[in-house]
Amino acid sequence: MSIDKDKIKHVSKLARISVDEKKIDGLTKDISSIIKFIEQLNELNTDKVEPLSSILNEPLRLRKDEINDGKIREKILENSPQKNEDFFVVPKVIE
Amino acid sequence: MSDITKKSLTEIVRLIKKKEIKSVELTQAFIKNINNDNKLNSFITNCSENALSKAENFDKRPELETLLPGIPIAVKDLFCTHGVKTTAGSKMLENFVPRYESTITNNLWNEGAFLLGKLNCDEYAMGSSNETSYFGNVMNPIAENTVPGGSSGGSASALAADLTPTTIGTDTGGSIRQPASFTGTVGLKPTYGLCSRWGIVAFASSLDQAGPMTKTVQDCALMLEAMAGFDKKDSTSINKKKENYSKNLTENIKGLKIGIPKEYRVEGMSQEIDNIWENGKKLLKDSGAEIIDISLPNTKYALPTYYIVAPAEASSNLARYDGVKYGFRSVKSDNLIEMYENTRSEGFGDEVKRRILIGTYVLSSGYYDAYYLKAQKVRQMIKNDFDQSFKKVDAILTPSTPSSAFKIGEKKDDPISMYLNDIFTVPVNLAGIPAISIPAGTDNNNYPLGLQLIGKPLDEQKLLNIAYAVEKKINFKQSLNKWWEN
Repeated sequence: MSIDKDKIKHVSKLARISVDEKKIDGLTKDISSIIKFIEQLNELNTDKVEPLSSILNEPLRLRKDEINDGKIREKILENSPQKNEDFFVVPKVIE
Repeated sequence: MSDITKKSLTEIVRLIKKKEIKSVELTQAFIKNINNDNKLNSFITNCSENALSKAENFDKRPELETLLPGIPIAVKDLFCTHGVKTTAGSKMLENFVPRYESTITNNLWNEGAFLLGKLNCDEYAMGSSNETSYFGNVMNPIAENTVPGGSSGGSASALAADLTPTTIGTDTGGSIRQPASFTGTVGLKPTYGLCSRWGIVAFASSLDQAGPMTKTVQDCALMLEAMAGFDKKDSTSINKKKENYSKNLTENIKGLKIGIPKEYRVEGMSQEIDNIWENGKKLLKDSGAEIIDISLPNTKYALPTYYIVAPAEASSNLARYDGVKYGFRSVKSDNLIEMYENTRSEGFGDEVKRRILIGTYVLSSGYYDAYYLKAQKVRQMIKNDFDQSFKKVDAILTPSTPSSAFKIGEKKDDPISMYLNDIFTVPVNLAGIPAISIPAGTDNNNYPLGLQLIGKPLDEQKLLNIAYAVEKKINFKQSLNKWWEN
């Protein structure tokens, strides 16, 4: 499957990464060559193979749903790019 | 006393325990080396002051019954450290100061060590040459303008240049073993689940694993002992008894069976690499091991599989960097969506963006079965290859990398040629098994080359023993002229 500029624009929209118009040709070329590389897998017949779901030999553990921390509001807010009292501030969402 | 910073970690620990050296003297010696370095760029954050005050505290009341008493250690800047900036080599986390400590670093501090600094790495551990770091290239102490490998490039460079007595890295597709090979040092990627991933900045969660990077195999055993252990905060952590890897280390490997996979003899591989591989076989035979030819038929599909699985997981893991709760935020946005898009566009570097886009593409509607599901099936086939081989052999011997260290800039413009660096290391991550790289010789330029030993899941002790036996016979010595101090 080939990948073109429009596809790259669509995927970058999905990934929420704006792509500079000037860089889009180079990016399309690089990603196309990588896609071509990974498509080597099509040589293999995998009809009878189950996809790997975990590399651990044991099942994942369940834990009790318990509160084990809390009261760390200030610690969490310390790294926020923009805050106001106890809130994270973002650009206006509702007009 | 001869230069303490050149000694192995094991020897340094012995000297501390015998009270022949104080932690402060030791720490000052490494700080001096760090301060004299003008070129390597292996440190992102220098924690000399913290280290000195911890060393003073240690000397006042030395606690000698630990594995790493009074030892300063610089770590890859992918491990979250409480109150110390943790960048993952990215502009996105340039000012991120964790309010918690990763389990692995915490384990080291509980064994008596303390933080000396945070080491440069490829951005979010995505790279094989340390050229994707927002904080600049790192140089390999073996020669100016040569890459140290990646992604744990700062770790390998600092270790080889005697700026830290030991270090830790993370390995998603070779990020410990390839830089170890490029710098003439030892690097181990443990079994998936042996070392906790809690508090490590995530790249590809089903492949990421932390491990030791050291000057000798004995040091590696000691560090693994300090790092490994069950952690209930990591849902994929394996619950098993702690092992005494360093105490149980032996060079007696008589009767062990070592497999040589024919698929690792790749096109274009240099004669020098073939020679060190042949020599490795001979030394193992001399040690009483039996060499057996084996086949891992799906080896050539490991790298394409990896470049579906790893970007897919990365695109999901890195979705959290949205400029809201922590990390970089773009200032030139009028609405929320634009804020996300500009933050991620300005905050991530080119390689990270490329991988997020590939990951988003292979997981997107209409393509999932063709790429991601296909890759998970091939991953199962690759794992089956190893399972089958390990019915016949105890370990597998291969070269660590298809070439020695290359020049900065040499492979930067061709992503595929850069990815091919990891051709021998990636299959191990896909199968979740352990592997170690040890220095095994040099090429025509006198650049180091490594041999890789691959083991069964949780069979780290045997792997270390074999590496120990080979290391003794190879007796690799590297003398560097400290050009970076000019």
